[in-house]
Parts: sequence; structure tokens; C-alpha cells
Amino acid sequence: MGASATVLDVNDNGTNDRIAQRLRDLGFVAGEPVRLVARGPLGADPLLVQIGYTRFALRRAEAARVTVTADAAP
Amino acid sequence: MNAAAATLQIALVGNPNCGKTALFNLLTGTRQKVANYAGVTIERKEGHYTAPSGRSVRVLDLPGAYSLAATSPDEAITRDVVMGRHAQEAAPDLIVCVVDATNLRLHLRFVLEIARLGRPMLLALNMMDAARRRGIRIDTAQLSQRLGMPVVETIAVKHGGAKQLIEQIDATRPALSPQPSTLASHSFDLHADVRALLAATVSVPRRTAAVDDAIDRVVLHPVLGLAILAVVMFLIFQAVFSWATPLHDGIANGMQAAGNWLGDTLPDGALRSLLVDGVFAGLGTVLAFLPQILILFLFILCLEESGYLPRAAFLLDRMMLTAGLTGRSFIPLLSSFACAIPGIMATRSIPDPRDRLTTILIAPLMTCSARLPVYALLIAAFIPQRTVAGVFNLQGVVLFTLYVAGIVSALLVAWVIKRLRRDQSEHALMMELPSYRLPHPRDIAIGLYERGMIFVKRVGGIILALTVLLWFLSSFPAPPAGASEPAIHYSAAGMIGRALHTVFAPLGFNWQICIALVPGLAAREVAVSSLATVYALAGNEDGLQAVVAAQWSLATALALLAWYVFAPMCISTLATVKRETGSTRNVIVLAGYLFGLAWLASFATYQIASAFGA
Ligand SMILES: Nc1nc2c(ncn2[C@@H]2O[C@H](COP(=O)(O)OP(=O)(O)OP(=O)(O)O)[C@@H](O)[C@H]2O)c(=O)[nH]1
Ligand SMILES: [Mg+2]
Repeated sequence: MGASATVLDVNDNGTNDRIAQRLRDLGFVAGEPVRLVARGPLGADPLLVQIGYTRFALRRAEAARVTVTADAAP
Repeated sequence: MNAAAATLQIALVGNPNCGKTALFNLLTGTRQKVANYAGVTIERKEGHYTAPSGRSVRVLDLPGAYSLAATSPDEAITRDVVMGRHAQEAAPDLIVCVVDATNLRLHLRFVLEIARLGRPMLLALNMMDAARRRGIRIDTAQLSQRLGMPVVETIAVKHGGAKQLIEQIDATRPALSPQPSTLASHSFDLHADVRALLAATVSVPRRTAAVDDAIDRVVLHPVLGLAILAVVMFLIFQAVFSWATPLHDGIANGMQAAGNWLGDTLPDGALRSLLVDGVFAGLGTVLAFLPQILILFLFILCLEESGYLPRAAFLLDRMMLTAGLTGRSFIPLLSSFACAIPGIMATRSIPDPRDRLTTILIAPLMTCSARLPVYALLIAAFIPQRTVAGVFNLQGVVLFTLYVAGIVSALLVAWVIKRLRRDQSEHALMMELPSYRLPHPRDIAIGLYERGMIFVKRVGGIILALTVLLWFLSSFPAPPAGASEPAIHYSAAGMIGRALHTVFAPLGFNWQICIALVPGLAAREVAVSSLATVYALAGNEDGLQAVVAAQWSLATALALLAWYVFAPMCISTLATVKRETGSTRNVIVLAGYLFGLAWLASFATYQIASAFGA
């Protein structure tokens, strides 16, 4: 928990992926720092992700579109 | 535009939950709903005010949107208005972009996206109080220069907090307002622009509020979080019963005393019967539930403003997904505990049309506050006032069980719908969790007052009308000479009741209940006032609760409770479903499955309870 990372890319799942497009609009773009804040109680799903100054709840399938590089452990 | 040239048309645009509606209320003096989660406003709302210069301004409040690439019906409204493509709404003279000053990384991107349209606009940095508390410093002059538009600071929840904004709007001349100068870079990458803007104009000591992180560590904890959620929900039902009972009894006794006094003063006759048996017995019984309803709303309003609701949605998302729903369904479903109609309308913030339809179809299974009088009456009459396991009020436990029964059936129905559906592709969540906020006692008090007035007006309006109508149907035609049964037996209502009785006899309903079910279609509370009227006309003087306790079997009472868990028909709910989904088929499916479930549940309850000798 509290793990920090940096966004590399958001991958489209098929053509015209609205979920991926929305993720980019929300700020999931290359170079943006992200932090995993919490996990849901069942199956650790959804994930609570901090991006910029905002917290978003993302299901694992949504979060899987975002590739990140792990930062050095804080 | 010529005719309306004197009126300045402005629209409030911005990300969800940045305080647009709070600003709208401050500007126009109205009281549209404000709450601490994304997606409160789902329709455009217009209001007016007169600027200091005397010019009249028409303000449009719009649903929040993350982007002009809309993903839900409410976002589409905002996109269309902003782009001037809305069917009934001309493009505004001035776009007032509202941002949350503590959330600029996200919100400025949308501002830049709108700025690209090249329309006259200005920026309102809202929530400046929260930003200052967190030590966020914004160089507004520099920001204004870089954006090429005026920037003002606002505090939408403070009296006078929109002063700068009002002045700036007044300084706008519709025809003359300059096109915002294209941004220095006008690059392809809005995110890069936002980063550059932030670096140059904003200093933020800490990305999040420390309090939010601390609360979230507890509230979102996998075990503790769920336990807290369960306790919060359970507390509400306990409170509805144990706090309200003395007030409820006070009102009920007062109305009965007034009715009796009136009965003694008036001469015997039709007028006396109408007032005593119809108005006082009927309305008094419903009015007495005002405290229960206010306590329920007290909790709902506090939860809405605190920012806890999206957290609950986060905790429950996975469970709801298994059932064929989404965490986003949580808030519309919770609103449905007040009334299914706003709940069904709130589903507009659910982007996935499948999730939205399922949520609409199960919203009526959430026990709305209009059913509370029915539950409360029967529980008070049949369930002893007793403490179980040391702390719990038994009546509260039964009430909680009834609510849970509604929720469980809703989940089952959602699960069946999911199974029947052919399109099994991915559903999205992507939900923002806002900062926590302490509810303002004044706002809560005003909210409660409004809720209370809505209920009282309902009692004085439709419920009064139906009660009087029922009194007529129950009093005429008059019984034949030498009749052996009470007069109501021979009346129109008596005949209807006995006809319906054939369908409902297997459920243990007597003909009085059958009569009461009919006006209950228009407003569910009327079932209670109708029973009160029917029994009062049949010559019972003791108040409905005592009569029911003495004359009904426990099995009948339980069966009626089970019936109301599903309470299949509420005409306004069906009309709302028709309007929101535009499909008569959905309405028929909804009414049909609710009626079927209600009948089966009552039947099973009655037969099982009877077998146990209840
Ligand atoms: N501290 C503080 N809170 C504010 C301010 N403005 C709004 N709020 C709170 O922010 C929350 C959201 O306000 P709304 O007016 O409902 O936001 P909105 O932009 O209309 O939201 P949507 O309709 O969902 O798009 C509420 O809890 C308000 O009480 C402000 O200036 N300061
Ligand atoms: Mg709003």
C-alpha cells in the first residue's frame, strides 16, 4: 500500500476504447506519478489510485490498461 | 439574440463536485441540491439574478463533466450546451468555468479543453477556503495572464463568497467580450500545458489533505471499513425507531385528542364523520410519521455532505459487480430509500446503459420513506418493545430486517437480469472519491425543513384528497334499512374491497386491507390513512394501532409487511421509469415482476406463519 509509480502508457483494449480514452482524460498520461492508496475488501478489487491531487476507484480490468514503472520504494 | 440582448446568458461549467451548484444557489438565491459526490446535478437548471449594474443575468447550472468526450447522458448535456449544439439551449454568452482550487491538476485540463472552443469565458477558482487551509497558493494574476481570461476566487459555501465573480460577470459585455487569446503553446497535449501552468502559478505543499488520508486508512480498511459501513447503516434504523417513538406517539395522541374533541363538539352527521373519521383519523396517522422521516433524512443528508457515500460505493463495488451492478449504483439506490423517483433519476450519472437499466429496475425494491409508515404501524402493533442482546431495540431489528429483505431481493433480481443479458462485455467503474467535508448544521437544518415541508404538503395535498375520496367511497351508498353489518360493508369501497379480497385472501389480507391497497397506488402512505379511515368508519374509536393489534392475526400482519417489501405499484415511480428509459416494455416488466414477487412473498409468509400458529 502506498506504493508509488510513474505512468508509462495507457493501452487501448481493442479499437475505440472509451475506457482508455477516459483514463487519459483523467490524467493517466506518461510521466504522471501515481500511488496505490487502498484496495477493495473482496479480491482486492477495486483499486484506489491517487493521480495528481485526485483519488479514483478503478476496477482491476480498468487499471490493467495503465502500464507503470515502479519507483524506488519510499 | 437581439430580443434577449439585455439579458446576459451565462453557464456554469466544470468537473463534477467542484461546487457549481453551490455557486448557482449563491448567485440566484435558489436551493438546488448540493452534495459531496460526483454527479449530483443531472439536468440543466436555470436561474436568474440582477447584477449590480441592473442588468439581468440568466444562469445555467450544468451537470459536471470530466471531458467533452462525454461518457454518460448527463455529461452529454454539458457537452451540447457548451458547444452550442443543444436542442433547446443557445450557446451561452459567457462560460463560467468553475474549478476546485484543491484539485487543479484534473480540473484545469477541462478548462483548457473548453478554452480551445474559443468562446468567451472566465475562470472561478472555487473552494478557496479549503485551498488556503491546505496552504495551496495560487498566483491568480499570472494564471489569468497565461490563460488569457479573467480569474476570480470564490467560496461558494460562504455568504458573499461570490462577490468577485458577480463583479467580473457584470464587467462582461456580450458583444464585446474578447475571444480568449490562444494559449501560448496551444499544443496538442493539454496535460503538458496543465503541468506548465501549475509549475508557474501554483504551489501545493501536499498533494492530498492529511485528514483525508487518515480517515481513508480506517474507513477503507478491508475489514474495519466493512464493519464501519454495517454499523452506520444499522445505527440509522435503530435511530429511526428509538429516537422517533416519543415524538411519534405525541403527535398521534395529539391528533386523536383533537379529533375526539371535534367529535364531541360537532353535531352527529356526515360532516362530523368526514372530519373525525376521514381527516383526523386518516391524516393524523400519517402525519405522526414525520419524526421518523426527518430522522432518516438527517442521516442521509449528513452522509451525502460528508463524502462517505462514494467510499461506501468503493467498498461494495465488487459485491455489487457479482450481483450484476456497479459501485456507482450505490448512491442512486441509497437515494431510493428516501424515494425511488430521485433515485431513478440519479442513475443518469451511471455511464454504462446496462448498469443504469438494472439499477432503475431494482430501485423500487429499496424501501422508500413512504413505506415507513406502513412498516412502523405494523411493527408497533405486533412486535413487542423489548431489548435483545442487551443493546438492540427489537422493533429496530425487525425494521432493519425488512430493509435488508428489500436489498437482498434487489441483488437477486439484478443477478437474474445479468444472467439473462446477452451483452457480457466489460463494465466500467472509474469513480472519484472526494475530500471529506464536515456538514454545515445550517444547511442540514434547511435540508430537513424542506424535506419536512414536502412531506407535510403531501399530507395536505394528495393524501388529504385521497383520504376524503376514500371516505366518500366508504360512506356511500348508505346501507339498506335493517342492515346487520356495519355501514361500510354496503358502500362502494366495501364492494371493491370484497371483490379484491378473492385475489388476496390466500395472503391473509382482510377486505379492509384490500380497500387500503387501492389508494396506496397513488401514494403509499395512504394505505395507512385509508386503514385508519376504514376502521374509524366501522365504528372503532381506539386509533388504528390498537385496532390492528386486536383484530389482525400476526400472520396477516407479517404478510402485509412482506407485501410492502415489494409494494409493486406506485404510479409516479412507473411514470418516472417510463420517462427515464423511454420504454413501455420496461415499465411492464417492472410492474409485473414486482407484483409477482409481492404476491409470492406474502403468500409464503402467510402460509408459513399460519402453519406455526401465528
Ligand atoms: N469548503 C467548501 N466547500 C464547497 C465550496 N463549494 C462547494 N463546496 C462543497 O462541495 C461539494 C460539491 O458541491 P456542488 O455544488 O454539489 O458541486 P457541483 O459542481 O454542482 O457537483 P455536480 O453537480 O456533481 O457536478 C458540496 O459538498 C459543497 O458543500 C467551497 O467554496 N468551499
Ligand atoms: Mg451540481
